[in-house]
Amino acid sequence: MSVKTALPVGHEAIRDKGLIKAHKYLILRRLSQAFFLSLFLLGPWFGIWWVKGNLSGSLTFNVLPLTDPFILLQGMVAGHWPEMTAIIGAVIVAAVYALIGGRVYCSWVCPINAVTDTAAWAHRRLDLPKGWQPKRETRFYVLGMVLVVSMLTGAIAWEVVNPISMLHRGLIFGVGFAWTFVVAVFLFDLFVSRRGWCSHICPVGAFYGLLGRKSLLRVSAEKRAACDDCMDCFAVCPEMQVITPALRGKDEDTALILSPDCTNCGRCIDVCSVAVFHFTHRFDETPAPGRARTKPKTHKKIGEAA
Amino acid sequence: MSAKKTSAMDPARRRFLQDAARGTAGCAVAGMGLMWMVQDARALPERAIRPPGALPEADFLASCIRCGLCVRDCPYDTLVLAELGVDGAATGTPFFDARDIPCEMCDDIPCVAACPTGALDKDLTDIDDARMGLAVLIDQETCLNALGLRCDVCYRVCPLIDEAITLERRHNENSGHHAMFMPTVHSDKCTGCGKCEKSCVLPGEAAIKVLPIRTARAESAEHYRLGWEENNPLVDEIIDLPDRLPGPGTDNLAAPGGFEPAFKLPTVGGAGQ
Repeated sequence: MSVKTALPVGHEAIRDKGLIKAHKYLILRRLSQAFFLSLFLLGPWFGIWWVKGNLSGSLTFNVLPLTDPFILLQGMVAGHWPEMTAIIGAVIVAAVYALIGGRVYCSWVCPINAVTDTAAWAHRRLDLPKGWQPKRETRFYVLGMVLVVSMLTGAIAWEVVNPISMLHRGLIFGVGFAWTFVVAVFLFDLFVSRRGWCSHICPVGAFYGLLGRKSLLRVSAEKRAACDDCMDCFAVCPEMQVITPALRGKDEDTALILSPDCTNCGRCIDVCSVAVFHFTHRFDETPAPGRARTKPKTHKKIGEAA
Repeated sequence: MSAKKTSAMDPARRRFLQDAARGTAGCAVAGMGLMWMVQDARALPERAIRPPGALPEADFLASCIRCGLCVRDCPYDTLVLAELGVDGAATGTPFFDARDIPCEMCDDIPCVAACPTGALDKDLTDIDDARMGLAVLIDQETCLNALGLRCDVCYRVCPLIDEAITLERRHNENSGHHAMFMPTVHSDKCTGCGKCEKSCVLPGEAAIKVLPIRTARAESAEHYRLGWEENNPLVDEIIDLPDRLPGPGTDNLAAPGGFEPAFKLPTVGGAGQ
């Protein structure tokens, strides 16, 4: 471990790049999330009906139908074959996310992302134990469970509890007590399981991850040779297991982060003071030499290094 | 030996099986909870009337994605999406409360046109064919017409006046020589729009209410036949019952050789009839 590990996360990036640039993608993502939410709110708040509906299903400019493919799939499993409008909408959404990365939905659109990111930030600031860490496959078990329950009950099962639609629909149509689900997710992530909801449980994210298995837009650790082991990327990454194969790969290993778990959130790019990461496409074969293997250093005490 | 076998098992395989068992068991527990919640969400309250063309509740919960496009295209703000813990209907599904804002029965049925999934059935093209619910004169004691007045408001506002609601004359026992005009709903015409419930002049609850069809209607047994509606013989194969003609072995007292009672009633004259 480098001595820099002990510094606050993003410390060197803020020092070297400035506060704004060290949060570039975070700011862009919040703007993107706010943008998609505000599109839906323009109607009810200002009477500008460009976009009607919510993330489950919507109609833009009275021509473009969009449907959540996961919700539609549950409906099909439950025994209802939908009208063509919904199918077209779902195909469009699925195609877009299959192209740009399924979990781009999670980090750039989903309104719960701000909630769980805040929980993760508070978790880091409070230096809480990481708590229950379910296995990586858990979300796929949950995904299967949701489909089985939809089939057995003949109803779209996940919408009974889905905090994403609870929050999004709540903001647009009136929230009732749906906010309790949002608070529950926040508290779960903060006290029970670090990054628990989005990175371990949520079947919506699991579904979109599967959609984007072969997506084009990828983060690459191209300048991995420059890595100074500050570990900040691991600290901010919601799916930190995706970084290792790329960052710690040898010369012949690809520097692309190809795991479908990666949400393309770009936080690793933000917090890296030595610009290891950047966005590229999955066919980018720019040679990326691995890090020169140095002899394991004898551990210094953190106090000495400063 | 079983212990030996266990230790001989490939550790990776063993771990995989353990993980699979844990995952499956965890999902079974969570799944049961989710199933309970889904079943619970089916409990649609009587006051919540689904939009025109809505599939039966079980199919509706398989098809409605809760996008609210029907709500947005409703020109009268009749439809709302159910809020968790506030409205009884399944969270996020559309409904209306007729006493609040009834359905205005638009000719072009924009809510049905807006539905992307077919949870509101596109086969509904004439709003008069909608069966959102059924109006029922549920309080026949407080209804002003039942008290002998000529309120008639529910009858007057009915979009299918004289078809869905008629006024049936009935003798007024209170005065002895007046009539009561009882609002009477006919299920073959009533769309369940709820304009009658909305306009009932009584304060608070209405005397006439739109109820879900499942509550408002009884079900006839399959074998019941209405003689005045059927021209065909009521029974497919006519059973030849014994004809009660005069003759031996019958109880026709007048018949010669018929049943002879043990004693005879005193008669004024002639045979007892």
